[in-house]
Amino acid sequence: MSDLKQIPLDDLHRSLNAKMVTYAGYRMPVQYPTGIIKEHLHCRSQVGFFDISHMGQCLLRGPNIMEKLDLLIPSALNNLAKGHQCYSVLTNASGGIIDDLIISRLENDLMIVVNANCKEKDFAYLKNRLNDHVQVLSDQALFALQGPMAKIVMVQLSEQACQLYYLQTVKTKIKGIQCIISRSGYSGEDGFEISVANHYAREIAELLLSFQQVKPIGLGARDTLRLESGFCLYGNELTDTITPVEASLHWLIDKDKRNFPGEKIIREQLQRGAVSKRIGLVVEGRIPVREHQSIHNSDHRIVGMISSGRFSPSLNKPIAMALIDAQCSDAILYAHVRNKKIAMQVTTLPFVTPRYHRRN
Amino acid sequence: MSDFTENLKYAKSHEWAALEDGNMVRVGITDFAQEELGDLVFVELPEAGQKVAAGEVCAVVESVKAASDLYSPVTGEVIESNQAVTDEPELVNDDAFGTWLFCIKADDPSQLEALMSAAEYEQMIND
Repeated sequence: MSDLKQIPLDDLHRSLNAKMVTYAGYRMPVQYPTGIIKEHLHCRSQVGFFDISHMGQCLLRGPNIMEKLDLLIPSALNNLAKGHQCYSVLTNASGGIIDDLIISRLENDLMIVVNANCKEKDFAYLKNRLNDHVQVLSDQALFALQGPMAKIVMVQLSEQACQLYYLQTVKTKIKGIQCIISRSGYSGEDGFEISVANHYAREIAELLLSFQQVKPIGLGARDTLRLESGFCLYGNELTDTITPVEASLHWLIDKDKRNFPGEKIIREQLQRGAVSKRIGLVVEGRIPVREHQSIHNSDHRIVGMISSGRFSPSLNKPIAMALIDAQCSDAILYAHVRNKKIAMQVTTLPFVTPRYHRRN
Repeated sequence: MSDFTENLKYAKSHEWAALEDGNMVRVGITDFAQEELGDLVFVELPEAGQKVAAGEVCAVVESVKAASDLYSPVTGEVIESNQAVTDEPELVNDDAFGTWLFCIKADDPSQLEALMSAAEYEQMIND
């Protein structure tokens, strides 16, 4: 208990009657009295407010910082324009994923957001590689406003933020309070992520929650929303022994890029094919499948493992992501739950069509 | 805070048990348990005629996030399972004490005496 860390608005979540759980060393709201399913559906139909202040935020600054970070990731940063963001991964020498992250190019600096579970490891690694050009934003809260009506709320707070397209970012003010706002998220919906100093976090959170369309959403629904949207969760789909190719994240690898950790292995996998791929599964029937369960083909051969298994509130049935043998092209695969054979349809990701505000 | 029903017996594994007609034991999960589990999306209940032993896994409830086993509080034979809950698991979230899951004809109803009273159970979950 003594080591449990608090996010800045712990008391706000308690006053909203959140059920608090330990996640990544933090006491976090997993759900509110509304419950995961209704919270999830609310985010899909209106707007959800997520407190994700447990995540790691830091600024990378100094001369040639773009080039220096570029050496640590398989994506090409030189195409990243000011005010834009990209999703990438930090790779290790074996091509495995140290963490996945969002990189934002601000006016002079880069800002990155990393997973709460990995942040100590990531920051130590980055400080080591980038020679003290790493400024951890430990006094900065992070909120997400996600859902089809997020822009209706944001238009009343920041004109500038509303002009952003998906994966763009701006330093701006809400009611005079300095924020970094990006048009991004983890739900598959249009929405914004707002980084603000802890000192003003409560004021911003209460302002966002004051809109009648906005309801607080816990980590429980955050997880079902991201799974429906086909996003990876570090620790489930991604680990330090899984390469981005094996996790079907080919699209973030720059084909011409040299000199990033694990480059040789990753390039070889791109050319010859990786051993695994990431797929979606829709369960036939009502019995949920869960992570770590083996997946079999019709010949009873094990072809992979469930990486995330949840009930999908939008589809009203159990769904899963899995890493399976790259050669496997079966349309139906099987899991065994309590001695019952569960049939699952292989499907492309995402399960639910995203509704990002993209520039056409 | 959870409500407690005085005339029920409680297991450490968060089932409640009600004795009816001398040897019929109706079993559900407590309000504390449903709150901990969150929205239920699937239940697997024992079939009528199935023999169960006290302390044995005889049902599973699954929430959005996880599966949890339920244990039989007594040894005996399953007489009936609540089909309404199989069809709509969320009934348990709406009213955990008013929603039974399965009913066992107990070989020895005095096995229930090993379970906790409402006061003892309340103490346990508050500790």
